[in-house]
Amino acid sequence: MIALLKRDLSLSLGQGGNGATVLLFYLAVVVAMPFAIGPDKQLLSTVGGATLWIGALLASLLGLDRMFRDDAEDGSLDQMLLAPVPLAAQVFAKALAHWLTTGLPVTLAAPVFALFLSMETDAWLASMATLAVGTPALSFIGAAGAALTVTLARGGLLLAVLVLPLCLPVLIFGVGAVRAAVTEPDPFLPPFLLVAALSLFFAAIGPLAAAYTLRQTEL
Amino acid sequence: MSVSTDTSTAPQRRPGLAALANPTRFLAFTKIVLPWLAAVTVIALAVGLYMSFNVPDDYQQGRTVRIMFVHVPSVWMAMAAYMTMVSGALGVLVWRHPLADVAARAAAPIGATFTFLGLATGSIWGRPMWGTWWEWDARLTSFLILLIIYLGLIALWNAIEEPARSARIAAVAILIGAINIPIIRFSVEWFTTLHQGPSVIREGGPSLAPQFLYPLLTMGFAFLLLFLMLHLWAMRNEIMRRQIRTLQRKAARSARG
Amino acid sequence: MQISAHDIAVARGEDTIIDDLSFVVSTGEALVVTGENGAGKSTLLRAIAGFLPLQSGTLQITDPDPDFADTPLRELCHHLGPDNAMKPAQTVEQNLTFWQNFCGNPHLDIIEALEFVGLDGLQDVPFGHLSTGQRRRIAIARLLVSFRPVWLLDEPTSGLDAQSQGQFAALMRVHLEDDGIIIAATHMPLGLDNTTELKLTP
Repeated sequence: MIALLKRDLSLSLGQGGNGATVLLFYLAVVVAMPFAIGPDKQLLSTVGGATLWIGALLASLLGLDRMFRDDAEDGSLDQMLLAPVPLAAQVFAKALAHWLTTGLPVTLAAPVFALFLSMETDAWLASMATLAVGTPALSFIGAAGAALTVTLARGGLLLAVLVLPLCLPVLIFGVGAVRAAVTEPDPFLPPFLLVAALSLFFAAIGPLAAAYTLRQTEL
Repeated sequence: MSVSTDTSTAPQRRPGLAALANPTRFLAFTKIVLPWLAAVTVIALAVGLYMSFNVPDDYQQGRTVRIMFVHVPSVWMAMAAYMTMVSGALGVLVWRHPLADVAARAAAPIGATFTFLGLATGSIWGRPMWGTWWEWDARLTSFLILLIIYLGLIALWNAIEEPARSARIAAVAILIGAINIPIIRFSVEWFTTLHQGPSVIREGGPSLAPQFLYPLLTMGFAFLLLFLMLHLWAMRNEIMRRQIRTLQRKAARSARG
Repeated sequence: MQISAHDIAVARGEDTIIDDLSFVVSTGEALVVTGENGAGKSTLLRAIAGFLPLQSGTLQITDPDPDFADTPLRELCHHLGPDNAMKPAQTVEQNLTFWQNFCGNPHLDIIEALEFVGLDGLQDVPFGHLSTGQRRRIAIARLLVSFRPVWLLDEPTSGLDAQSQGQFAALMRVHLEDDGIIIAATHMPLGLDNTTELKLTP
């Protein structure tokens, strides 16, 4: 399982991988935002948390299609089915690798991008915290979606359509927590904990669902 | 475009490079030149920095004006690197010169670094001057987009393994980027003037007095040398990287089967 | 150890490809599955590996090897399919080391396995740089780096020249002597002596 995690990481960060591209995409999305809304700082800082979250959501979707597809195409997936490690654990490792190359860098980059959106300290700290606990949910939901669409030739778009609605609760509470952190009376903790709960929940459910799907898929 | 008649538009690459038609001669040439170039660069940087640190404080900006001596040359070099890439791209598409892609590819990370330096120093400068790290001002914004273009091109090169294929694809992308830069510049200009009130904070304090101008020019010259040196060095590395790749392929072929 | 199939039926999509098939293979034996294209050779191998569910019938291990008493059949199998299951961006050694760690039960070390397929010295070359035949031989080396008694081979010699085929035949003989089982789907003779043929008809 650790071997799988290591291999996925080195593939993603090595040549031809899309580790760095995800961050670049995130930057592009965040930069595009002020053009859509206008350079009004007041407005930008209001929607800052939402922008960071939308960017994170799109960046997570970006590499998702390849999570199992590469392995299915070169025959590695067959070998994974024969491995002594439970398939759900393997999916967990792959989803974790996906998070480490998308969710984590996106979280770490949040302060820099918050600068562009002229967000206040409270707001970007809250964004970073919610992204840190929330983006794993995106990767784990995504793993289940990727497993569902792995055998479809044009699965990429379908995958996005399938996964996006499932990610909405994470988005709602994630952005909600950021907003609560800035506006005074609303408490930050309840939505934040809900985001964390969603991540834990999907970390358990996602790999199981994906493993079941992969076993059923007649490749 | 006709190659034989249309030599006047030949991109003016660094003198001497045209003679170094093949990678082997380039490697031999740079091996001799680079140490000297490095030495001159270090001296020029030392002189430039010494001058920069000895300018009097600006009456408005105080000591922070010294950031300019890194900021402005970085910005110049960021643009020079893109020009290098454009001429490299033309070299790939029109003349199919073997070193053109190497030159373009080697310039990209250096250009991206200078762009980043320009943005970062600008941001640090902007904090005390404008009271903000970042402003959606036309110049800043278009530079940020330049950084994204740089990084995108680097990602494109990395995504394609075969140099011969990636060369032409990247060359087309560079040229599209080059055509786009003025358009981006224009739209950003329009965007900011449309939305921002008269309170637009603009760059540039007093027009430069000689005591600022000379250090700036010296630093500009030093940065040019630095860019030249880094670029030649990066080209060397890139050529050697490709040679390793060729050797690996050869090893694979010579093994039976 | 013995693998016995009793009246198995396997479907792919809506079509039942294999119906009422029975066979028994014991350690040291090779079962060669032959038949025209579309007769279900690959389907049978994939069903044995557990990639495809059985519609009916039973497939079981009888009198298991004490070393692998409680291991399910699919974890006793190496499946060599039409794809090589290697990442082109990684070196030969990285690829093989990964599969060795992943499959467990390490057998030969990487360099040794490469010597057996005649590709020693290429461990640091990215897999993507290799020729078709070389890639196939690296995939064969994967069977050697971790030990599993059952080899399910789907057209194993495709892309191999005569010399490599001979080499591979020798490897298979050694595997059978080590109490292995080989089930191979092929159009070409494998160069093994004691084989049972299972001819499938569509």
